[in-house]
Amino acid sequence: MAEHVVATLGEIPPGGRKIAEVEGRSIGVFNLDGQFFALLNRCPHQGGPLCLGQQSGLLQARVPGEYRYTRVGEIVRCPWHGWEFDLKTGRSWFDPVRTRVRSYRVRVQARESESGGCGEEAGHRPGPYRAETFPVSVRQHYVVVEIP
Amino acid sequence: MVQESGNEVQRPFWSGRPVIDCDLHNEVPSLEALKPYLADHWCAYIEESAFRGPDADDYPKGAPTTIRPGLEWEGEVEGQLALMRRQVLDPLQVEFGVLDCAYRVQGVHDPELAAALASAINRWQAEHWLDRDPRLRASIVAPTQSPVLAAREIDRWGADARFVQAVMPVRSLIPYGNRIYDPIYEAAARHDLVVGIQFGGAPGHPPTPSGWLSTYMEEYAAMAQVFQSQVTSLIVEGVFDRFPDLRVALIEAGCTWMPSLMWRLDKEWRGLRRDIPWVKRPPSDYIRRHIRLTLQPLDAPPSDKQLLEVIGQLDSDEMLMFASDHPHWHFDRLEESFPRGLSDSLARRVLAENARSFYRL
Repeated sequence: MAEHVVATLGEIPPGGRKIAEVEGRSIGVFNLDGQFFALLNRCPHQGGPLCLGQQSGLLQARVPGEYRYTRVGEIVRCPWHGWEFDLKTGRSWFDPVRTRVRSYRVRVQARESESGGCGEEAGHRPGPYRAETFPVSVRQHYVVVEIP
Repeated sequence: MVQESGNEVQRPFWSGRPVIDCDLHNEVPSLEALKPYLADHWCAYIEESAFRGPDADDYPKGAPTTIRPGLEWEGEVEGQLALMRRQVLDPLQVEFGVLDCAYRVQGVHDPELAAALASAINRWQAEHWLDRDPRLRASIVAPTQSPVLAAREIDRWGADARFVQAVMPVRSLIPYGNRIYDPIYEAAARHDLVVGIQFGGAPGHPPTPSGWLSTYMEEYAAMAQVFQSQVTSLIVEGVFDRFPDLRVALIEAGCTWMPSLMWRLDKEWRGLRRDIPWVKRPPSDYIRRHIRLTLQPLDAPPSDKQLLEVIGQLDSDEMLMFASDHPHWHFDRLEESFPRGLSDSLARRVLAENARSFYRL
């Protein structure tokens, strides 16, 4: 596993995002209310720059007219064909098992522990789908993406 | 439609299996036949105004697709039924035959007259067809351009188990997914009836989105586009989300266009589903669950092998239901009305079992 500093904390405020180049990969790092998530910036459909897409909520309806809009900011839509992905897991809305984008772990880490190994985690909680993820950390002033 | 040698009709290779024919035509011979079932004031109106019935002419009598030259079909019920028995019901040993009366009350602009005609037609069907042959089942004719009146007519027959569906022409005033039609779907759901969408109709606007056509050839072939528009509308507007048990039969629609429509809808749904969040599963999933297609007239690829490939692309062994479309003329010998090469289990499903479960026969 390799840790890569991709940003200072101030570069990605809540609601913000940054596209970073890490080991030849383009990775989108998102700040959702202080929690950080990272996805490969490549849509599994046709390779579009997924992480540049519209970021919004999940729109559902039982029947026409009964709209339910939740998880605001947690869904990113590929700018090429509009496929929706869950920022927290990388899973697509329409086929979450087979169609998903690689996600990476992100951590915010205090500067003083930068060289001290694991360090303090700032607000990071592991998501439910750990198998595909790469740890990312933020070191107080740095956002760190983990590439396994 | 069927070759007869002497008075014998040859039995096809697949006979001996149960057969349910999902599309047999019964034609109202004339307005005279309906007068016993019309109120006096409507009889007077017909005479005084010289009203001759709706203008729709989906099956011109001289068109080669309508009936084989030399056969007597028009005329009184006795003659129609005799031909139907001789050419289809008897030689195929049909267990059930579903009548699809194509009298287009939808083309009558006075909604009350349309409703009165529909009601008369259904009483005529019950007395002159259903009472005469226990193998027959019928479709409720309803003024579907006036959905509330149509629902009233469906309710009138909902308890008569011999009426197994409500039939609407595929050409409509506005697409069938629109909620204006909900009373019809509610009524069908209330009585556990199939909604049949049938070739034809004369709503007053062109049969294609690109305008009026010049020839019957164009109208006949282009009807597949209208079916595609209706299937799309039903799914996209959430009819099957609002009526989760609704079953829709596409009658005389052809079937080879269906796989490509499913692929197209599934593909676009992935990116556009936010516009229609009530569509929770791929559109093809709704189609396989809720929609069935009658077999004849069958679009005919050049070889049986290609036809089997298309049937395979439906990715469902439940979607096709046998229909002769009698007395329309799509094949010379009964033998040709059913594709060769289907597996035995699929053949049985198409010949009878799919219809049996769909129509609750």
